[in-house]
Order: sequence, then structure tokens, then C-alpha cells
Amino acid sequence: MNGVRERLASRAFTSAAVVIAVLWTIPTLGLLLSSFRPEEEIKTTGWWQVFGSPRLTLDNYREVLSGGANSSGRLAEYFVNSVVITLPSVLFPLVLAFFAAYALAWIDFRGRDALVVGIFALQIVPLQMALVPLLKLFSQGWLFLPAWNLTGPARFGQVWFAHTVFSLPFAVFLLHNFLAGLPRDVIEAARVDGASHGTLLLRIGLPLARPALVTFAIIQFIWVWNDLLVALTLSGGTAETAPMTVRLASMAGTYGNEWQRLTAGAFVAAFVPLLVFFSLRRHFARGLLAGSVKG
Amino acid sequence: MSFDAVAQQPKLLYLLQGIAAFAAVVSLILLALHQGPARRRAAALLLLAPALLLLTVGLLLPGLRTVLLSFTDSSGDAWVGFDNYVWMVTDPRALVALRNTLTWVVLVPLTATSVGLLYAAAVARSRFRTSALSVVLTPMAISFVGAGVVWKFVYAYRPAEAGQIGLLNQLVVAFGGEPRQWLVDAPWNVLLLVVAMVWTQTGFAAVLLAGAIRAVPGELTEAARLDGASPRQIFWRITLPSIRPTVSVVVLAQAIGTFKAFDIVKTTTGGQFDTGVIAHEMYDQAFRYGETGRGAALAVLLFVLVTPFVAHQVRAQRRAG
Amino acid sequence: MRFGARPALAFIALAALATACGVPQDSGAPSRSTAACGPYARYGEHPGTKVTVYAENRDREADLFEETWADFADCTGIEVQYEGDGEFEARIQLRVDGGSAPDVAFFPQPGLLEHFAQAGRLKPVSAGVEALAKQGWSADWNSYATVNGTLYGTPLVANVKSFVWYSPTFFRERGLSVPRTWSELMAVTEKVAASGVKPWCAGIESAEATGWPVTDWIEDVLLRQQGTDVYDRWVAHEIPFNDPRVIKAMDTVGSILKNDRYANGGFGPARSIASISFQEAGTPVLSGDCAMHRQASFYADLWPHGTEIGPDKDVFAFLLPGDDPAGRPVLGGGVFTAAFADRPEVRAFQEYLASADFANARMRKGPFVSAIRGVDPANAATPVDRLAIQLLQDPRTQFRFDGSDLMPASVGAGTFWKGAVDWVGGAGTRQVADSVEQSWPSH
Repeated sequence: MNGVRERLASRAFTSAAVVIAVLWTIPTLGLLLSSFRPEEEIKTTGWWQVFGSPRLTLDNYREVLSGGANSSGRLAEYFVNSVVITLPSVLFPLVLAFFAAYALAWIDFRGRDALVVGIFALQIVPLQMALVPLLKLFSQGWLFLPAWNLTGPARFGQVWFAHTVFSLPFAVFLLHNFLAGLPRDVIEAARVDGASHGTLLLRIGLPLARPALVTFAIIQFIWVWNDLLVALTLSGGTAETAPMTVRLASMAGTYGNEWQRLTAGAFVAAFVPLLVFFSLRRHFARGLLAGSVKG
Repeated sequence: MSFDAVAQQPKLLYLLQGIAAFAAVVSLILLALHQGPARRRAAALLLLAPALLLLTVGLLLPGLRTVLLSFTDSSGDAWVGFDNYVWMVTDPRALVALRNTLTWVVLVPLTATSVGLLYAAAVARSRFRTSALSVVLTPMAISFVGAGVVWKFVYAYRPAEAGQIGLLNQLVVAFGGEPRQWLVDAPWNVLLLVVAMVWTQTGFAAVLLAGAIRAVPGELTEAARLDGASPRQIFWRITLPSIRPTVSVVVLAQAIGTFKAFDIVKTTTGGQFDTGVIAHEMYDQAFRYGETGRGAALAVLLFVLVTPFVAHQVRAQRRAG
Repeated sequence: MRFGARPALAFIALAALATACGVPQDSGAPSRSTAACGPYARYGEHPGTKVTVYAENRDREADLFEETWADFADCTGIEVQYEGDGEFEARIQLRVDGGSAPDVAFFPQPGLLEHFAQAGRLKPVSAGVEALAKQGWSADWNSYATVNGTLYGTPLVANVKSFVWYSPTFFRERGLSVPRTWSELMAVTEKVAASGVKPWCAGIESAEATGWPVTDWIEDVLLRQQGTDVYDRWVAHEIPFNDPRVIKAMDTVGSILKNDRYANGGFGPARSIASISFQEAGTPVLSGDCAMHRQASFYADLWPHGTEIGPDKDVFAFLLPGDDPAGRPVLGGGVFTAAFADRPEVRAFQEYLASADFANARMRKGPFVSAIRGVDPANAATPVDRLAIQLLQDPRTQFRFDGSDLMPASVGAGTFWKGAVDWVGGAGTRQVADSVEQSWPSH
């Protein structure tokens, strides 16, 4: 009796999961199938028609990757820009937030709790409102800081700076939560042995925090790679420094009438995040798990 | 396709320089930390300084500036007292945005977390765990531009005579109904945008919760099972109470994310048809209409609305600490 | 070290991919001969300088611009760095506020240009540009870039908005002729409706800008019913937005667009106008599901690939008529160049853009309309562009700029658009007009 009920209940769970998985996949599947359909069919018939009369084409991908227009033939350049923007924008906040989280979690000092809360609270400053002051800082300088006035590849510096700043509250929050949740006896034991904070940070903190660091790195990677707002505002928008998202956003044309290209564009842009994601998914789940134990 | 690999070298060089400069700063900090038995305060300060400096310049001061701007006129020069706040609570459009934001912030975290929890509970101990979680996480990897196209496709409208290109209307037609203009008809369009937002957020919740569920000691659930508890009872009596802290973190993170939600609205309806939310309205006012003061006032409203959530987190932290 | 190996491999693979795509570039354009550079001598030599340009034209249109000024750039030594952004209207404010304004911006709305001129951010044009402007454009056109008596920019692009697109075949088969007065237009409308085809198709979905095609309709009709004087005073808010004459114009438009017998051809009930994107709104004209589609000259670019435009081709356009068959009321839009810097190279570039040479060269590359006097209609890429240029050059034409582009942005790009959406959705004319009037900023 019990066994039957148990099986039924767990079957209910399983079927719920299958339903959710299907519901979550269908919209993406529709986009994927659409991206292989000719323009006039995308715009006149539903993507499920593809099962009845499959007329598939790579035209959308061809236009996105090489393009009929001369400015669209340079997606590779934008790809390089995306890489150049993303790597430091993940690395910098990762390291700085780890330092800060270590200090907030493992060093006792007065005002510590208030700082944690304060940093956490900064998450709510809307990015849009912070862009103008940041631009001002770059173009005019502020107090003792000189103007950056950067051109050419040096503009990447501005984008790195902005992404680093905007991600710090979440990064510190996540890493602090994780570190504070670890058993304290490990650290105390090392402290008693007279290890300096430098040693503790590298020898004990770093290996223990690795799952959370990986988690943050993946989230931040996807965020920066897909970002359009910061890129459009700070990167200058030309093939010299702008990432792929900027290029893809403009592919719909001045009047937005070429939106069928966005179907292919979405997958071209998502290719790298998906790759990162699928190759690191184990670490991702592990890190998030650990980060949330304490709450 | 003209791509000049040589032309890319300055970029890569700059990348290396940037990373090298950063590495130098980090090494200096670590070196200083190693110097002697540093006092606790000094060590903490050293580690916190870079992050605090960046946060002050990049977020704290802009935040304060926004508060000041909310008391000025459209140019940001003349003081107007509380005019912008009066506008905010009387303008029909701003009120619609406020109403929608509250709807979002109730529905998105609850739905995303519940669905994510259900999914996580079902797959957490399964062999296909990572693949199953990847399925619901895929929307995260697709940019908001892509997500906008995805959902415009789902909700697209075509007249009854023509073939549908939107999935939802195709279903309606298949069951003999009249196609509807989903994104136009208020207030349902707001709920449909909530669905799109939940679609992007659920994966994140599911992964966090699956992790937490796996951390619940196996002995606990095993003992309950031997006592004859059904999976459902185990879920409600053992699993859920053990992961409550995680659930609250997830809800909190979702709520904050929802308050700041901007892209889904922008890429689907552009805030038209009474679907605007505060974060989007703020951008429109401050930049599209050149009403800096009003935009800032809406930003301050966002601060105020998020404060209870931050306060809750503070209390939770106190209790735990 | 299992972790790290896979992503590293993936990255190397990607890097290899990126390099593999690297076909060596041909070594730049061949340097121009002195003869080819003759026409550009007057702009001087500015080797090693750079001018940044920021505008909303992207993709193909961006390419056409860049191709057009490539010779200028080569001959003068000025590097023109163009950036097109679909969010131009919002981001230009952000950039200027942040102190990183472009050297030259192409403003699609005179209202926005005026905003930055008032704020003291724009540089007045040089004497050379001013002379070109006086010589090239009518006083009306120049007035849109003039703020407090100072000229801040020159017109670059012109759009004629008062066009009605139709299928010549459809008209011929049903014995319809192109209407020359409003009553003839309504007669055609009624005749088509009586035959069981909804005569008009329209669509106003355009993301944030949803609603603008209806505001154009209303402006167009107001201009025809009340003349330029009332129109000007309404735009300047000297008469209220909800003036009875405006209500009347709105109701006239409503008798077409909010009438299920007349709209929305090919798309269903009149209300469907709200969900149909403006880009696809005219397509039923091709299939004969709709007879007429009122949209600007730039719609020539939006027909499906392969559609031929001309008086005896797939589609063509006529001027939306008024009561007087001899009248030429033209509602239009345009893009203006203005500069945030006054370095010599910026001046030179502005001068080049203000010349008829630029307009003619740009027209030879693809669809483009300029209101400059020196432009040759023979260079037009499509018959509709030619018609538009002829209209703009016709002395009988009374040209008026799209009112919503001249109103304060919070109305012209805000409450007016939103009001139009509500109105199409069923809200009453009076109620919508009152709410727009109320939203007019007091400062």
C-alpha cells in the first residue's frame, strides 16, 4: 500500500518535472527552428509548420555571420571585442570580491555587519542612473582623479571598470555568504598556528571558496557577454571596441524590418555562454549549493 | 568577410596589459598582507579597500546624486522640492508602472521559486540532474534581445483568416477560439510578461534549490521514509524546513532582480499598452524625455521599495550570525 | 586538474576558429588620384584627424553613409568614425550628460536638437555652413535647426510622410483612379469597401515608439483641414492640444482607422492596428487584401524583397489629398546634423554634409531623399524618392514638419503616442485629447 502511494507520488513529481522541462524548452525550440527558416516563412507562418513542409536554409546565419552589408562582415572583430571585454570583467570583480568577502567573513572588526549590509544594499542602485556619473568620471575626471579620455582599445578599460563596479555587491554578497557558512574551526586552527592573513587567504580560503568562485564566474560571464546597456554606453559602438551584442542589436536594420536575423543572431551570441555553461554546469550547481547553505 | 588578425593585436595587447596591471595591484596587496603579524583592522582595510573604493565611486556616489536630482527639474539645475514625487503619485502612467511593478514583484519571485522548487525536488536526486537543470537554465544564456524575440513569437497576433505565427494563438485557434492580441489587452498582457520573466528566472532558482536539497542529510529523509512517510510528506515535513534559508535567499534575490527588471519589458512591448514597470519608466523619463528629475524620483522610489527586503536580509543575517 | 582543462580547450578551439576566419584584408582602398580629389580640395587637408558621428541609422543605411563619404575621408585625411544606435534618442542624452558627446550627431527630431542648443551644448554652425544652408534649403527647413536666431545645424535627410501607398494593378482592375481631393479619396474608400475588401491597412506597433503612425495620420489630416497656421500654433501649443479643430481632425481619422468596415484590411478588425508592426502593415496591399496604406516615403525600403516600385509596378504612392486639388500640403520628417565640437575637421565635415554634392552622391548609392535645392531628382533611386524630391522642390508645396518631433519629448514621444494607442484601442477622442493636453509640461 505504502509502496504504491510512494510510487504514485514520486511519479507525480517526475511528470511535473517533465512538463516544466517541456514548457521551458518549447519557446527556445521555436526560436531555434525559426532561425533555419527563410525570411518570408518566418514572417507569415508558424514555426511548427516546419514539421509539415520542411524548407530549411542557412540564410539567416549567413547574413549574421558574413552579411550582405559591408559593416556586418566583421562579426569576428566584434567577437574578439567580446572576449577582450569579458575576461577582465569576470576576473577583476572575482578577485576583489573574494578579498572583501574574506575580510568580512573571517576577520573580526567593528562595523563589519554594517558594511555587509551596506554593500548588499548597493545592489539596488539602478545601473541606468549610475551610467551618467561614470561617464562623467571618465570624460572629466573627479576630485583628484584625472579624466581618462580614452580612445581606441583603451576604451575597454572603461567597460571593465563599469562591469567590475556593478557586479561587486552581488559578488561580495554571494562569496561572503559562502565563506561565513564554512566551519570556523578550520580557520581558528590555522590562526593559532600563527599564519598571516595572506597565507590564510591563499592556502585555506581560496581552495574552500572555489565552488562559489566558479559559480560567480559563470553568472558574471553570462551577464557580461549578454550585456548591451553598458556596452552601448561605454564601449563606443564601433568595430574597434564594441562587443557582439551591439552588432547583433543593430542587425535588425534602421527600421527593425530585418528582425528575422535576430533569430539566428540570438543563437550565435548564445553559443559561447551555452558552451561555458554546459562544460561547467557541475561546478555551477556545486557552487550555488554551497553558497546557499547558510542563507 | 574581411577580418584582419593583425589589426586585433592592439586589443589583445591591451587585454594583457590590463590583466598584468591588475595582477600587480593584487600582488602588492598580498605582499603587504604577508608583512609581519598585521593587526586585524589593517588587514581588513587592506583587503576591503579596492572594493570599497570602486563601490563608492561607481555606486554610492551615483546613488546619492540620484537622490539629489530627484528634487530638481528636468535639466537637473533648479530645485523644485517634492514636485517630482507629487507627479509620481498623480501621473496615470507612473501609477500604472507602480501597479505593474508591485504585481511583478509579488508574482515573479513566488512563481519562479515555486516552480523552481518543484523542479528541483523532482530532479535533485535523479541521475539526470545536471542535464535536467541545464534545460531550465538555457534561457539565462540567451540574451534579452533573444528572449524578446522568443516571447514576441509566442504572443504574436494574426487575424483569424490568416495562419497564426504565434504559438499561443495557434493553440487558441486549434481549440476553436478567436485569436487575441495578447500583448495589447490590459491587464492580461502584464501577466504574460510576468510569464516571460519567470521563464528567464526559474532556472537560477531551481539550481540553487536543487543544491540545497542535496545538502539535506540523507539520514533524515531515510529515517522518515522508514517510518512510512510518503515522498510528499517528506518534502513538506523534512526537506522544505531544512532548506528554508535557501528559499528565502532565492526569493530575495528574485525580488531584487524583479524590481530592476527592464529588458523584458523593453524588448517585448516597450512599456506600451500599460505594461510599463518602474525601472523602464525611469529610463524613459530620464533619457528619452529628458526629465532627469522625474527619472531620479522613480529611482528613489525603487530604493524605498527594496528597503524592506534589505531589512529582512539584515535581520536574517543577525539571527544566523 | 580536471577542472579547467575543458574550458581551456574550448577557449583554444574558439580562438582557432576566430583566427581561421581571418582572411587577410586587401590593403585598404587604393589611394585617390589627385583628379578624384579635386571636388574635395575646398575642405582642406586634415591628416591624422578624426571626427566621430553618432546617429540612429544602422546596418545597410550605415554602410551607405560610410560609402558616400569614403572619398571625402580619403582626400581630406579625416577619419570619420560612424556609430549607429537604435537607442539614439535616449543615449545621446546620456552621453552628453556624461561629457562624452560625439563630434557630430544626426538628430531625427528638431525638438531634441533644440534641447541641446538651449542647454548650450551644441556649437553654432560656421559661416561657411550657414551660407550653404541659406543657399540650399528653404527658410522653413532652416528654421527647424534655428534656436533663438542662431543656426545650429543643417538638414541631412528628408522624409515625405503624406504618401498613400497603393497597388496600381488593384486600382486598374477595379477602375479606380488616384484621388485628387479628400472627397475623391473617401469615394474610393467607399467603393472598395462596398466590394468586400477593407480599403485601408495600418499598423502602429513599434516597440517604445508604438503609436507614431497614428499621430502622423492625425497631423496630416489637421494640416489639410485647418491649414498651416492652425497646425503651427497647435504644435507650438499656442492653441490647446484638445482644441475642437484637433478633435475634428482626430474624428476624421477615426472614421477610417476606427471603422471596422474600412480597416484593418488583411489583418482583421480595426483594433488589430495596435498589434501590427508598422514595418509589415502595408504588405496586404501586395496581396489585394487592402487597397491603401498611408506611410512615409521611407516605406519603400520596407516592402518585401523583390517588390517593384513605380506607377505601373507592384506598388506606388500618391500624395494624401486635401480639399483643394491644387494644394500641396506635405507633412514630413527629417534628420539634422549638428556638432558638439568646432575643430576645423568637424567644420569641414559639416560643410561637406551640407553640400548638394553629398546629397547627390548619397542618392546615387540607394534610397535617399534630401530637401536641398541643388539635388537632381534624376539621381533618385526609386520613383517614390523622385516624387518626394519633386514635391519638396515644388514651390506650391506647403511643407510642415511632423508635429510630434517638434513637441516636448515627453508629449511628442510620450503621451501623444500613448494616447494614440489608447485611442485605437477604443478610448474616446475627447478623453484622449484631454489627457494629452494635461500632460503638457508647464516649464
